[in-house]
Amino acid sequence: MTPPESKAARILYCHCAYAKVVPEETKQKVLRELNASGVSFDAVADLCEMSARKDPALQRLASGGETKIAACFPRAVEWLFHAAGAPLAKAGVEVLNMREDSAEDVLQALLGETANKTSEAKS
Amino acid sequence: MTKRLDAKRLRIVLYEGEGSTAIEDEQRLSTMTALLEDGHQVTRSGSNGTVATADTSDHLFLGQFDELPTASKAVEGGEIRFADIAGKDSAAIQELVRSQVQEANAEQPGEWKPWFPVIDYSRCTNCMQCLSFCLFGVYGVDDASQIAVDNEDNCKTNCPACSRVCPEAAILFPKYKSGPINGDVVREEDLQRESMKVDISALLGGDIYSALRTRSKDARERFSTERDESKALLERKRCLKKLQKDLDIPDEVLMTLPSAGDIEERARRAREKAEKRKARSRTMQDQKKVTTEEDWGI
Ligand code: SF4
Ligand code: SF4
Repeated sequence: MTPPESKAARILYCHCAYAKVVPEETKQKVLRELNASGVSFDAVADLCEMSARKDPALQRLASGGETKIAACFPRAVEWLFHAAGAPLAKAGVEVLNMREDSAEDVLQALLGETANKTSEAKS
Repeated sequence: MTKRLDAKRLRIVLYEGEGSTAIEDEQRLSTMTALLEDGHQVTRSGSNGTVATADTSDHLFLGQFDELPTASKAVEGGEIRFADIAGKDSAAIQELVRSQVQEANAEQPGEWKPWFPVIDYSRCTNCMQCLSFCLFGVYGVDDASQIAVDNEDNCKTNCPACSRVCPEAAILFPKYKSGPINGDVVREEDLQRESMKVDISALLGGDIYSALRTRSKDARERFSTERDESKALLERKRCLKKLQKDLDIPDEVLMTLPSAGDIEERARRAREKAEKRKARSRTMQDQKKVTTEEDWGI
């Protein structure tokens, strides 16, 4: 998977609701800033759960051009979509890892310039 | 958990467009958090950016509407519902959504912790060791005779045992605490797991892998005899503690791990499948790697 070029990539946020593997503060901060940014985005409770039940919504989320996904390890996310019969495109999809990376880094990758403006407005 | 693969779920949209009053940042955040915690899919329609396109799913639009739009209408085959959230806190909105889900005859997200193996096919060599090992029927083969996860909900929560058995580190449990099982990159040292294989063999009461390799009558008899001896049971108990610590295998699973006979039988069936595949691939000129006698170490 190669990162999307355009800043207007679609955003998908995974809340990892059924386990505590993503640090709570990272999730909260990313969700808070996404909400405050004015950007449209899709949020799902738990991609793992959707993959296990082969939720058809994963097709909708996997298709439609450049996408940035805030979730966990890219290898896990890639094969979760594959397992549900909704493989992610090889190009134009970027997975941000909220398990390992800071909320700031994830937001910067998701929102770019907008992330800076949102935090400036707050301070 | 009973999976309802055909069950529909509502896509919830937090609507702030024409004909409605914008939702305050804090209310939007608490509403979204509460709905996500309840297991829902939520789309935020903001002033810029795009979201996933509408499909045949039913949609529930939540907003502070000037006037509540009229009854549900079909779009792309799905229904659109509207509900007003003005003046409601997140708990009241959760209740409202629950009743809307019920009315729409959609599925309420469940309580099941999604714990199941996910195969990284870029690493998998289709050796079928996971299928042979798992006692709970989680694995199967697909139409192309490739290993597949067939019964996700048969998997024992928090048990990563099959990922330890996989020689290629191709089995992920995305909610596991550490790598590479959680999806982190696979390092060379992750593949050096001979010590773990020895532990598993010991737990099972003998030299399973060597038994599978020789498959001679003599070896089988010797193996069965060993399993009958209390020595094997003692060894099994001795290994429990170490394995629990090393491999994170729950008690329930440890006590029901496959016997040597089970493993041999599963290996035989998997080998049969591989043979069939080999025969088919000869005619179809399938480029995929075919499991050989050598792969099985026989
Ligand atoms: S994809 Fe990753 S972040 Fe999302 S639910 Fe699964 S483990 Fe959690
Ligand atoms: S044990 Fe690993 S490599 Fe072998 S079939 Fe299973 S997932 Fe593939």
